[in-house]
Amino acid sequence: MRTLQLQPPTRTLWQLTSIMLLALVLSGCGINNIPTYDEKVKAAWSQVENQYQRRADLVPNLVETVKGFAAQEKDTLTAVIEARSKATSIQVDESILNNPQKLKQFQQAQGELSSALSRLMAVSERYPDLKSNQNFLALQSQLEGTENRIAVARRDFIQAVELYNTEIRTFPGRIWHSMLYSDMPLRENFEATTDNAEEAPKVEF
Amino acid sequence: MGSNVRHSVLLAWVLTIFSASAALAQSAPEFPDLTGRVVDQADMLDSQTEQALSQMLEAHEQATTEQVVVVTLPDLQGKAIEDYGYQLGRHWGIGQKGEDNGALLIVAKQERQVRIEVGYGLEGRLTDATSATIINQIITPAFRQGSFSNGIVNGTAAMIQVLGGKPLAQPTQSVTDQSREKPSLARAALFFIIMMAVIFFVGGGRGRGGRSRGGAALLGGALLGASLGGRSGGFGGGGGGFGGGGASGGW
Repeated sequence: MRTLQLQPPTRTLWQLTSIMLLALVLSGCGINNIPTYDEKVKAAWSQVENQYQRRADLVPNLVETVKGFAAQEKDTLTAVIEARSKATSIQVDESILNNPQKLKQFQQAQGELSSALSRLMAVSERYPDLKSNQNFLALQSQLEGTENRIAVARRDFIQAVELYNTEIRTFPGRIWHSMLYSDMPLRENFEATTDNAEEAPKVEF
Repeated sequence: MGSNVRHSVLLAWVLTIFSASAALAQSAPEFPDLTGRVVDQADMLDSQTEQALSQMLEAHEQATTEQVVVVTLPDLQGKAIEDYGYQLGRHWGIGQKGEDNGALLIVAKQERQVRIEVGYGLEGRLTDATSATIINQIITPAFRQGSFSNGIVNGTAAMIQVLGGKPLAQPTQSVTDQSREKPSLARAALFFIIMMAVIFFVGGGRGRGGRSRGGAALLGGALLGASLGGRSGGFGGGGGGFGGGGASGGW
């Protein structure tokens, strides 16, 4: 009699324990890794986006300042403005992560703005008044800082995508992916460098 | 069979350690230890200046929780200073977690380069432009005259002033060391209890007393190591994040 009475609570205790143990073991096996890494990719992407936006916000001020001292550099200035409007015309949100073509387009547009800006900075070396202008110096250091932030954000993004893709491609993430997360595709990564990164930007005098 | 199991466990350990170290070696350069608020690897400061700087930085942290660290390096191991700086900041975790309110002043002797690396949380106050001004108007002119300690001390003072502290504030008693020690002890104790519980359940369930005792010894060693290594010199990073803000210059 006594054993019969005792059995039901013991059994539920065992069931509870085994469920908890199972949860522990499963999370230890990385069942949550893919969604976790996916969130990291998204976070890293928004950082990339922020920093590019920050650069785009700097450009009008910079162009105005340079114009004040070097209005004759019209071509270089318009190239920067055009590259900026092209880069900001591409709508970027998280959906771009599932659209490799758009990602490439975005990357290309930003790359063009980068080279237009570096041409502008090279040209401005020719104007001593401009180079000693406090406003210009501040903008220059802000631009340098922003370019550096972009580089860091891009590197973080590349690493996050690498981690995510590796998790999907390797054991045991591969199994979780086919069982639970088959709707989460491999993500397109940034190319570590842009197409013509090995060529130094052309400076014409 | 027993030795078989032990072998495979050992193999798994070795493999884990191997792959972990390989992954680390891939991208990150070697970083010096965070021995204090002033890490003078390149020997550019005399001990008196170093101490005064440390006190100034400690006072600033006590007042604001912001962590500012000065580091001199013999060289950058072939990296760009921008590249090295943010990784060092992240590696040390300068600044409080969640607030990311840390900043570094990095001097690379061989490359003759200076950088102010600013954590996410301080970018609004210690902007790129201000950092560049501090470097170009305070630090590098002094360096060009050969006075490293002047440049570093005045540069750090300027950073703290910009951050809103009193640059030359006298430090109050170093009471905070104890209070900072407490949470880490509590955390270690909690961790210990959880680990003991896990070992108890796993080991007890399988009925292998010998293994679990070995595990406890291993754990004890790891805990001891962690508590000894974690807080060297009473100062450690709070886990702040860096995103490449700041400015660099050369002399």
